[in-house]
Amino acid sequence: MMVEQKLKVTLLTGRTIEQGVGKEKGKASKEYFDACSMCYMDADDMKNLGVKNNTNILVTTPDGSVVLRAVKYPRSATPGLIYIPYGPWANAICSNRTTSIGMPSFKGTPAEVQPALDQKVMTMEELLKSEFGR
Amino acid sequence: MSIVKSVTCPICGCLCDDIELTVEKNEVVKVRNGCAICESKFLGYKGHHRIKTPLMRKDGKLVPVSMDEAVHAAAEILANANYPILYGWSSTSSEAQRIGVELTEEVGGIMDNTAVVCHGPSILGVQEVGIPTCTLGQIRHRADLIIYWGCDPWSAHPRHLERYTSFTEGRFENSQWKSYMQKLKAQAGQKKLESAARIEIGSTHPKPQTCTLPGMPQSMNKSGRKLIVVDVRKSMSAEMADYFIQVQPNKDYELMQALRVLITDGELDVDSVAGVPVEYLKDVANALVNCEFGVIFFGMGLTQTAGKFRNIEIAIQLVRDLNSRTKFTIMPMRGHFNVTGANIVSAWQSGYPYGVDFSMGYPRYNPGETTCMDVLLREENDASLVIASDPGANFPKKAVENMIKHPLIVIDPHMNATSMLGDIVFPSAFVGIEVEGTAYRMDHVPLPLKKVVEPPKGVFSDEEILTRILNEVRVIKASSKKLSKKVDA
Repeated sequence: MMVEQKLKVTLLTGRTIEQGVGKEKGKASKEYFDACSMCYMDADDMKNLGVKNNTNILVTTPDGSVVLRAVKYPRSATPGLIYIPYGPWANAICSNRTTSIGMPSFKGTPAEVQPALDQKVMTMEELLKSEFGR
Repeated sequence: MSIVKSVTCPICGCLCDDIELTVEKNEVVKVRNGCAICESKFLGYKGHHRIKTPLMRKDGKLVPVSMDEAVHAAAEILANANYPILYGWSSTSSEAQRIGVELTEEVGGIMDNTAVVCHGPSILGVQEVGIPTCTLGQIRHRADLIIYWGCDPWSAHPRHLERYTSFTEGRFENSQWKSYMQKLKAQAGQKKLESAARIEIGSTHPKPQTCTLPGMPQSMNKSGRKLIVVDVRKSMSAEMADYFIQVQPNKDYELMQALRVLITDGELDVDSVAGVPVEYLKDVANALVNCEFGVIFFGMGLTQTAGKFRNIEIAIQLVRDLNSRTKFTIMPMRGHFNVTGANIVSAWQSGYPYGVDFSMGYPRYNPGETTCMDVLLREENDASLVIASDPGANFPKKAVENMIKHPLIVIDPHMNATSMLGDIVFPSAFVGIEVEGTAYRMDHVPLPLKKVVEPPKGVFSDEEILTRILNEVRVIKASSKKLSKKVDA
């Protein structure tokens, strides 16, 4: 029996220039969808997990899970780190713990990644519908 | 066709005020001097995502309604709520923010701005230890050491380097653009050589790029401005830097404490701190104390990771220590174009910069209790008004779930995630494109925003919409007072 492969990582969310361009173009635009429904991963981590560039992965945290497109981080090795641009996809799994100062933990929280070749990345409308029923 | 010069860009905290717009038939058709995000806004604001009429949720669907109906329904919700949240405020003018404070006080709610999920911890850090800072003009003309810590200006503030730091021509410091271009050419040549060597040897595995440089790179010994980037990954800004320090996630506090020890000539009994060898840190500490005017810009890499406001507190302490050896300042990289204004207006109207609770009839501020995220997570809210921001996309799921359990009023030009989730949606005019106003740059300098085109017919400014809601709330409250007096009599 094939063992399901999972990788323990540290989740970061943040800005990218593409996310910035997409959000100003319009949150319902294709540019925003392409820029935010993705996840940067380390090249070696992707190899170990059997994930190819631009194929889908499932990212899970204690707060939820979301299917995203995995993209190889081009600039340096970042073993054990994943980076998701700010947006509804990232916030489907972000920690809401504010440590009593009002700020949720958007960076540096634990997560798990597994391949999800047969699962689809939801559009913003589909995501909001599935999460909030609207 | 007309060309409007010196337009202030209403996107990020840089507030670049040298944008040139070509306007044809009441539409912006060309943008000069702007970054990619600026062009996207000025050319995309009129796109099909624009909301043109007020909308109300009826039978589960958002349907167009008249402005009067929407204003009355919104005012009813707010006037009858016990603990409404009025959130956002960072992408609108200070004039609208001022009406916002008045409205929040009138309805006895919580006024919170987006700083709570970006630089709120920075404000808390500043409230603990103060802040040695200056304006961006000072940095442009004088700073010879620039540090970006936990931020990537190339992605979030694309013209920050070009207008205020390394790549700008200051009165006493020169632009490093040419030296950066030379570095790029050298790197490209190096890559070609490595690739040729790989083909010759037959190895298919390129060497991974890490921060394990053999000591201080040559570029740190150059004359002129120097650029250091500290981040958990090599960002695009890090590629431009003379020295990149790759810190382990959640370890910025340790790294700054180690630097504080080193700049006061202390010794560290470890080989590395936060994944960075002490030898490199000594080089960095030398660069810090030997500069003439240094500045640390910091971003979400410090405020959203473990430690949060303690990271900022220690960063400011580091700058304070450095000021006993040289001249050093620190500045947060503010995100939305007028989030600084939201803090300032809230502070001069209520005494507090964000998370202000008016439910007792007077302003109260206790981050962790009166901040909207905590109120939402404790499920204490009974209505929300969201303006000029998108918590539907940018708040954690649990908080949004609780927000939409109760009536949600949204004021925004675009159909974004929050508008899609809203119960009453007001279309608003773009501040800085269709209406004028005032915004505060990240260094607290107020700048005027221009009106360059007319808003679509029937679309009003945030200020106008808020004023109408406020007036309606007062009418409703006055009539309910009259009614209760009659009942008493």
